[in-house]
Amino acid sequence: MRLGASIQEITKEYHLGGEVVHALRGVSFDVPEGDYVAIMGASGSGKSTLLNLLGCLDHPTSGKLFLGDENVAEASDDRLAEIRASKIGFVFQSFNLIPQLTVLENIEVPLYYQRRLSPKERARCKELAEMVGLGNRLYHRPTQLSGGQQQRVAIARALVNDPLFILADEPTGNLDSATTEEIMALFDDLNRQGKTIILVTHEYDVGRRARRIIRLKDGRIESIIDNPQAKPRSELPEDVAKAKAPQ
Amino acid sequence: MLHPLRSLLTVLGIFIGVASVIWLLAIGEGISRKAQEQIESLGATNIIIRSIKPPSEQVQTSGLVLQYGVTRADYARLVETIPTVVRAVRIRELRQRFSYNGRMVDGRLVGCTPEYQDIVRLEIDRGRFIQDSDLQDLKNYCVLAAGTAEKLFPFEDPLGKVIRVEEHFYTVVGVCKPKMPSAGIGGSFAAQDFSSDVYIPITTLWWRIGDVVFTRRAGSTEAEQIELSQITLQVDKTANVVPTADVVKATLAKYHPIEDYGVTVPLELLEQARTTRMMFMVFMGLIAGISLVVGGIGIMNIMLATVTERTREIGIRRALGAKRRDIIRQFLVETVVLSTLGGISGILVGFLAPLLSEGAIWALQFLAPRLYNSLPEIVKTMRPVVVPASVPLAFGIAVAVGIIFGLYPARRAANMDPIEALRHE
Repeated sequence: MRLGASIQEITKEYHLGGEVVHALRGVSFDVPEGDYVAIMGASGSGKSTLLNLLGCLDHPTSGKLFLGDENVAEASDDRLAEIRASKIGFVFQSFNLIPQLTVLENIEVPLYYQRRLSPKERARCKELAEMVGLGNRLYHRPTQLSGGQQQRVAIARALVNDPLFILADEPTGNLDSATTEEIMALFDDLNRQGKTIILVTHEYDVGRRARRIIRLKDGRIESIIDNPQAKPRSELPEDVAKAKAPQ
Repeated sequence: MLHPLRSLLTVLGIFIGVASVIWLLAIGEGISRKAQEQIESLGATNIIIRSIKPPSEQVQTSGLVLQYGVTRADYARLVETIPTVVRAVRIRELRQRFSYNGRMVDGRLVGCTPEYQDIVRLEIDRGRFIQDSDLQDLKNYCVLAAGTAEKLFPFEDPLGKVIRVEEHFYTVVGVCKPKMPSAGIGGSFAAQDFSSDVYIPITTLWWRIGDVVFTRRAGSTEAEQIELSQITLQVDKTANVVPTADVVKATLAKYHPIEDYGVTVPLELLEQARTTRMMFMVFMGLIAGISLVVGGIGIMNIMLATVTERTREIGIRRALGAKRRDIIRQFLVETVVLSTLGGISGILVGFLAPLLSEGAIWALQFLAPRLYNSLPEIVKTMRPVVVPASVPLAFGIAVAVGIIFGLYPARRAANMDPIEALRHE
């Protein structure tokens, strides 16, 4: 089985005015390709720290962090940027689209920083926009879209670089319940198509859709639960499930 | 561009800087060209020797008469001993009052020879200039400068009329065309004015007035004995001007124990004017440079505000894979585009400098006539000349200002922690 991400004995300490804050005290787990993981926990549990580390926005104090087969725990700043551009798809709570760019341009941003914008790639960006249901909004600005539409753009943007996993940070935190359902359905769909998804949330309703729930408490893993309530993969037609399932 | 007004103001700072670089340099160039023209009108191959009244305690007195200045003997010596002198003109000038039919003009009575016309480049409007035969026959003929003619004869044709100069009468045989003032000589900074002159044969002047002139001033009478007011020597070629001037100075020094004369070499003045011009340009450039720096600070200020405002965008871009140098490039490109726009518009407006300064002087004439009249002639008549080199210079500085003052805000943007930036509201 190929790994999307593998976390081995990760610790993270912050120095705040002479005091050492242990945000993570040795966390280990694997995320195989095709997995659907929800990381849950109360605030202060180390959730955000873990998210930042998985998102390659920060270095761990100790431990190993494999993305694919590369240990990124000690990668340089530039290398981390490259990894973010090529291996990770971010979806944020507040959408984080760039206001002065159009929908299509927002989707293209990660490609721009990988220097691989071509007419072919641009066509693919359009396809992605269509896939998330915004084919007729390509040249709108984010302010002209509803929250749910903005989050769809963000999801399309997260998919554009064909990442190892999608890292979603409270993706429905700013959405009403109907839109939440829509967006979560989109995530479920993507997972069924074989995309690896790591979801950080404190909402149980959101977290329970994942196949595994990792609970954090005080910088340690409290529990890892295989979620029986998750929609089983067998819902897919047998042959598709086989084809998409990680080997 | 997120904020059109803000961008416009940023561009304005650089625009003013660049336009003022070009303008100030153009005005500097215009003034110095004018000065050069005036000096050139003295003649680049000329050497001018003028009598100067020495400080009173040094003066040789024969009785009550002050005796000073270059003499006829000096003239003969210089002309005969220096082979590079091709032509020499001696003149004697006096301040006199000219009158005709009740109208009066105070001006310069110039006793001269026919060569004088050539050497100061007087152009005859009507009639003729003084001739050799006039000198031989001690004729009481005179030639009027344009200004004198206009004031004495506002309605009549002056030719053939007789004007009075103190107690003598002279028949007008010619009138000159107006002549621009030329640079001051003999240690004076004031330009020489030719507008209220009257020219007569020098021999006539000697015969009728003589060397001694009495001036009554505040109850006391002063008498001065001056043989020649000025000797102008024309040298055969420019290369010989400076050596000849040295010989002239040495010769005169021998016969004049006190310095009662001044030697002016227009060629030297010209060279001085060139160095002055350089200094002037540097000075003007410096002032303009300051305004560019101010513009640059404006750019930096606005870019810092922009960076703060776009912190979140920077965080997003970093999260999506932008490296630090991508962020630096993004903001630097923005400042350079702004400053380049300012530079280009500044250059375009800079080219309008001659038009605008003419307009300003014209407006001043009506709005503030007193200020206008107090301006030196050279300022009133100069035309700014856009120095070609100032265009790439100003443009280069504008771009450099963009880079220099854009770098700090850009680096600040790039060095932000992406996690913090993403959290920024």
